[in-house]
Amino acid sequence: MWLLACGESPNSHQSAASIDNINYPIESGGALINAMTGEPSGLISMIAGESASSAISSNIFNSLLKYDKNLELEGDLVTNWQISADQKTIIFKLKPNLKWADNQPLTSADVLFTWQAVTDEKTASPYASDFQLVKKAETPDPLTFSVTYNQAYAPALDSWASLQILPKHLLQGKNLHTTAFVRNPVGSHYYKLDSWAHGENLKLSRNANSVLGQAKIDKLITRIIPDNSAQFLELMADNIDLMGLDPIKYSRIIPAHPELQQKLALYKELGNSYTYMGFNLKHKPFDDIRVRHAINYAIDKQEIIDGVYLGLGINIASPYKPGTRWSNPELTPYPYNPAKAKALLKQAGFVDTDGDGIVEQDGKPFAFEIVTNQNKEREKSAVLIQRRLKDVGIDVKIRAIEWASFISRFIKTGDFDVVVLGWGLGLDPDQYNIWHSSQQAPGQFNFIGYNNPTIDKLLEQGRLELNPDKRMKIYHEFARVLLEDSPIVYLSAGYGLTAINKRVKGIDDPAPPAGIGHNSHDWYIPTPLRRNEISAN
Amino acid sequence: MLKYLIKRVLWMIPMLIGISLISFFIMHLAPGDITSNEAAFNPKASEESRQKLREMYNLDKPVIVQYGLWLKRMVTLDFGKSFASHQKPVFWQTADNDGNVTKGLIQEALPITLMINLLGLAITLILAIPLGIIAARKYLGWQDRSITLFNFIGFSIPGFWLSLLLMYWLGVVNNWFPISGLHSLNYESLDSWGKLKDSLSHLFLPVVIPSITGLAGITLFVKNGMLDVLQQDYITTARAKGLNKHKVVYTHALRNALLPLITIIGLSIPGLIGGSVIAETIFAIPGMGKLFYDAVLMRDFPVVMGILTIGSALTLVGNLLADVAYAWADPRVRRGVARD
Repeated sequence: MWLLACGESPNSHQSAASIDNINYPIESGGALINAMTGEPSGLISMIAGESASSAISSNIFNSLLKYDKNLELEGDLVTNWQISADQKTIIFKLKPNLKWADNQPLTSADVLFTWQAVTDEKTASPYASDFQLVKKAETPDPLTFSVTYNQAYAPALDSWASLQILPKHLLQGKNLHTTAFVRNPVGSHYYKLDSWAHGENLKLSRNANSVLGQAKIDKLITRIIPDNSAQFLELMADNIDLMGLDPIKYSRIIPAHPELQQKLALYKELGNSYTYMGFNLKHKPFDDIRVRHAINYAIDKQEIIDGVYLGLGINIASPYKPGTRWSNPELTPYPYNPAKAKALLKQAGFVDTDGDGIVEQDGKPFAFEIVTNQNKEREKSAVLIQRRLKDVGIDVKIRAIEWASFISRFIKTGDFDVVVLGWGLGLDPDQYNIWHSSQQAPGQFNFIGYNNPTIDKLLEQGRLELNPDKRMKIYHEFARVLLEDSPIVYLSAGYGLTAINKRVKGIDDPAPPAGIGHNSHDWYIPTPLRRNEISAN
Repeated sequence: MLKYLIKRVLWMIPMLIGISLISFFIMHLAPGDITSNEAAFNPKASEESRQKLREMYNLDKPVIVQYGLWLKRMVTLDFGKSFASHQKPVFWQTADNDGNVTKGLIQEALPITLMINLLGLAITLILAIPLGIIAARKYLGWQDRSITLFNFIGFSIPGFWLSLLLMYWLGVVNNWFPISGLHSLNYESLDSWGKLKDSLSHLFLPVVIPSITGLAGITLFVKNGMLDVLQQDYITTARAKGLNKHKVVYTHALRNALLPLITIIGLSIPGLIGGSVIAETIFAIPGMGKLFYDAVLMRDFPVVMGILTIGSALTLVGNLLADVAYAWADPRVRRGVARD
C-alpha cells in the first residue's frame, strides 16, 4: 500500500477522461496483452488438466457444444443435437465446411478420433471417466456423430461442451503424452498459436479459417508473470491490458488512485466456486445433526465476507451459482444466531460444567482442529470461525498445510475433524462425485463421509434426466435436503474481480451469468487507443 | 599432485551416489506425488485416472525400486522426463521421429540463471574489493564507517521489498527500465544493437539488486583479510625498506589478502546454478530457482532429482577447484599437498 501511495504516475498521459465518453466505431485489429501466473504444461487441455492450459487452448480449439451468456448449452461445432426417446443416444450434426487452421477439413472423423484418444488405454486423461461411459460412438457421415450410453447420462452434454476436438490428421498414431503437438497445436477456433517463448509469453493471432467467424482483436498475447504485485505494476505502467484482482486492489488501491481509475475499468462477476467448512461425518460428534446445525448458526458468514473478501462475495445456500437455473431461489442461508447455537449444543448434551468457557459432553471438552491448505482467504476465514465458535464454547485450533501434504496426510486418509476448503464446480449440476455415498474410497471426493439415502437417490435421478426443466426440479430438491442436513457449512462465494484497460471496448457490464469473457471475440480496441510498439511488428 | 587430483575425482563417485540416495529418500518422505496437485483435486478427475498416471510414472513401486530405475537411467546420463511439464526432457533436448526438437527444462533455465549470477558476482567483486581495501586502509575513519553502514543497510534490506520499490520507481513512475520479464514483446523485430540494449535493460534490476544486497559479506572479507595482512611482519619490513605506500598495499598486501576470496568463489560455484526463487518470481524470470521450487510443489521427482544431482556434482567440483586454485596461488598450501 505504501508503495502505491508514493506519487502520481506521470506516464498516464493518454487523455483518459475522454476515453469514457467518445463512441469509438467497432473495428478489428490491435493486440490485447494479458498476464498469467502459471505457464501451461501443454495445450491439449484434457491431458494437461490445469487451468492455465485451458485458458489458452479454449482460444485455439472448439468443442461440440458451448455455453451461451446465460449458461445454457448451444452449438459450437454443431448446428444442433438430438436426444433419442430413451435418452440414451445423442446425435450431433456438425456445421458444414468446417476447416482446421491448416486448411484440412474438420469432420466427424476428428470428433470420433478425439473420443477414442481420450478413452484410450494409454491415455491418462483426468477427465476420461465421462467418456468411458459411451458404449458406442459412430460417424454415419462426415457431418454426423452419434454416441450411445448404456443408460441415460445427463452430464454427457456438459462433457461434450468441455472436450476440445483435436485434428486426426496430425495426431493419429501419436502418443498424446509425448507429442510435440502440445507446444505447436493446430485448432479451429478464433486464434492460432504463433509463438511460445518458454517462461515468457505465448502469442496468438487470428485464425483465418475460424469456424465461428472472425474475432475483432488481431493478436492475443499472454505474458507469464508469476508474482501478483509485479503483474499489478505492469498493469499500472500500461504494459498489460487486464489482470485478475484481489479484493484489496479492487476496492481500496484502485479507487484511491485517480490516475488508475482513469485508465482501468473494473468488473466483477460471480465465479463457479465457493468456500465451505466440511465436517468429518464419521467422527463424533459431527454425526449429530444438532451439533452441525449449532455450528452453522454460530458462524457469522457475513463477517467472513466483509472481513476476508472486503464485502466482495455473497452468502450462498446451495452448491450452485446464484442466478443460474440450478440454484434454488427459495433457499436461504443459516442466519447468525449464537443463542440458538448454544441451545442446540445443550440439546446434544454439551454443557459447560467446569466453568472454563468450553462446553463438555460426558466430561470431555468440545475441541477440534480445522485443517486447511496454505490459502490466505481460507486461513483468515478459519480464524474468524475460531473466534465465533469460542463464543459458544467450542475450542478450535487451526492448522494450515502445504497442498500436497494436506491432500495425502489428511484428506486421503480421512484423518481430520473439520476442513475449510473450496469447490470449483463445472457448469453441469451433477455432483455425484462429491455427495454420493459410494464415493468415499481414498482419493475420491466424498471425503467427508456423507451418507444420505435421499441425496443418493436424487443424485442418481439427476444423472438419468436429460430434460433441463425436469432436471432442475431434482437439483432444487437436492440442494434443499443438503442445506437442511448441513454436512458442510457454506461460508461464501467470492466474486471474480478483473481490471481491464479502457482501451478495450465491447465488454458487457454488468457481467452476464457466464462472465465478461463470454464475448471476448467481440471485444475491440479502437485504432487511436492502440499501443504503437505492438502494432508495429 | 596428479595422484592427489585423481584420488579426489574418484572419491566423488561414491559421494554422488550417497548424496543422490539421501536426496531421493528425503524427497519421497514428503507426502504426495504428482497426482496430488491442486489441479487434480477436481470432482471431474477420477481416481482411476490418477492411478493410471502413478503406474505410468512407476510411482506405485517401492521407493527403493524407483531409485534403482533412476540410477539405471543416470548411468547413461539420462535425466528422464518431467512429470509436470508434459514430459519435457529434464536436462537436454531430444528430437522425436518427425524431427520436432523439445528443449530440456534445465537447458532452458540454466543459461539465464548462470548469466544473471555471473554478472551479479562480477559486479559484487568489482565493487567489494575496492570498498574492502578502502575500508581497511582508512580503518575506523569516516570512509570505513560509511562503507560499513552502507553495506549493512544493503544486507538488511529485504531483496523483494527493494525490488518492488525500484520496479515501481524505475518502471512505473519513470518508465526508465522494464518492470519484469527477460525481453520486450517486440524483441524479435529489433536489430542486434536493439536486442542487446533490450536484454541489458531487462537484466539491470535482477542483476543489480542481489549484488548490492550481497555486497556486505565480500567487502568484510576483503577488509578483514587486508587488516590481518597489513599487520604482518613482512609488511612492516617492506615499509621499513622504504617502499612506497602504493607498492606495499597493492603488490605485497593485496595478493595475500585476496587468498580467502578463492575459497569463497569456489564455494559459490554451485550457487551460480541455483537461482533465487523470490527474485525470479518477482521479475518473471524463467530460471533455475523457479524451476526447482515449482518442481518441489508439483512433486515433479525427475526434475527435483536432476537439479539436485547437478547441484551436488557442481558443489564437489567447486570444492576441488577451490583447493586446486588455492594450491596454485599459495606456495605454502602447495608444499603441504605435495607431502601427502
